[in-house]
Amino acid sequence: MTRRLPARLAALAATLLVTLVIGMASACAQEAPAATIDPLPFKNHAQEVRFQKLTRQMRCLVCQDESLAASNAELAQQMRHIVFEQMQKGWTNQQIKDYFVARYSDYVLYKPPVKPSTWLLWFGPLVVLLLGAGAIVITVRRRRHGPPPTVPAADDDEW
Amino acid sequence: MTRTTRALPLTVFIALLALLGFGIWWGKYHLPREVPSPLINKPAPAFNLPRLDVPGKDLTKADMLGQPYLVNVFASWCFACGEEHPVLMDYASRLGVPLIGYDYKDKPADAKAWLARHGSPYHMVVSDQSGLTAINFGVYGAPETYLIDAKGFIRYKHIGPLTPKVIRDVLEPKIAKLKREGQS
Repeated sequence: MTRRLPARLAALAATLLVTLVIGMASACAQEAPAATIDPLPFKNHAQEVRFQKLTRQMRCLVCQDESLAASNAELAQQMRHIVFEQMQKGWTNQQIKDYFVARYSDYVLYKPPVKPSTWLLWFGPLVVLLLGAGAIVITVRRRRHGPPPTVPAADDDEW
Repeated sequence: MTRTTRALPLTVFIALLALLGFGIWWGKYHLPREVPSPLINKPAPAFNLPRLDVPGKDLTKADMLGQPYLVNVFASWCFACGEEHPVLMDYASRLGVPLIGYDYKDKPADAKAWLARHGSPYHMVVSDQSGLTAINFGVYGAPETYLIDAKGFIRYKHIGPLTPKVIRDVLEPKIAKLKREGQS
């Protein structure tokens, strides 16, 4: 019995983890098929794919947790029409993004550009990771070079 | 392991706590709903909109050059505009600059009825039925208020209803500053 219990717990934990991962993956996948709410006369399929991809990279300003592609808000619909028209005029994705950034700031983009004001955002996690790695390396080295813990059980200082 | 090593977890914990406190404080003054306008200190977009109060007449950006003015985005369908309205009625004549009503995505008849019922605090009212010009201003809701200087530059944008506190603490000092700029 004593050996089985940890094994069972491990199996339970694994099942929970797998369920969680599958759940999250399907939740993310649901975002994708939210096709255009209003049908637009695209020239071809490639253009429609490009439109879908581009509007998914931009944020609806009214319902800020929704992308431009998925939002039902009137403003989002209007912005989609503008994107569509600009594509017909031959604008590049960058030109279209710049047009909206000039009016609504970087906020309109889901992926903020790398620039001095966003360095902390982009590289902060890496810095924290390196700090943590550094702390581990220092701790391990100290333990290796320091006096061996002869009587660990009696040492109250260790934790 | 020395005393400093033992104090480390507590230090880290306090640092994290400080970070949490900073986040809460920051969040109090930086609402995620308030999209920062990239147009501050940039020229206001050109506009040419029909007047709602004077049929058959238009108002353009060029008409307004030479004096600072306020543009207040409102609509008859906008609930928060109803909240803001009495404040505007109270302060409009005391602001010292023209207050232009910008009727946003609204049927002109609805807006006229709304203004007739509640009274108009505006010197002039323009109508942007499609809301396309508003996109150039970065409007994403109502009410929004823009302060534009004599050269046609946007100097300040307020998102949401104006309150007496915002007018006194922010708007009036900014208007006073623009007036001083105009004199020198």
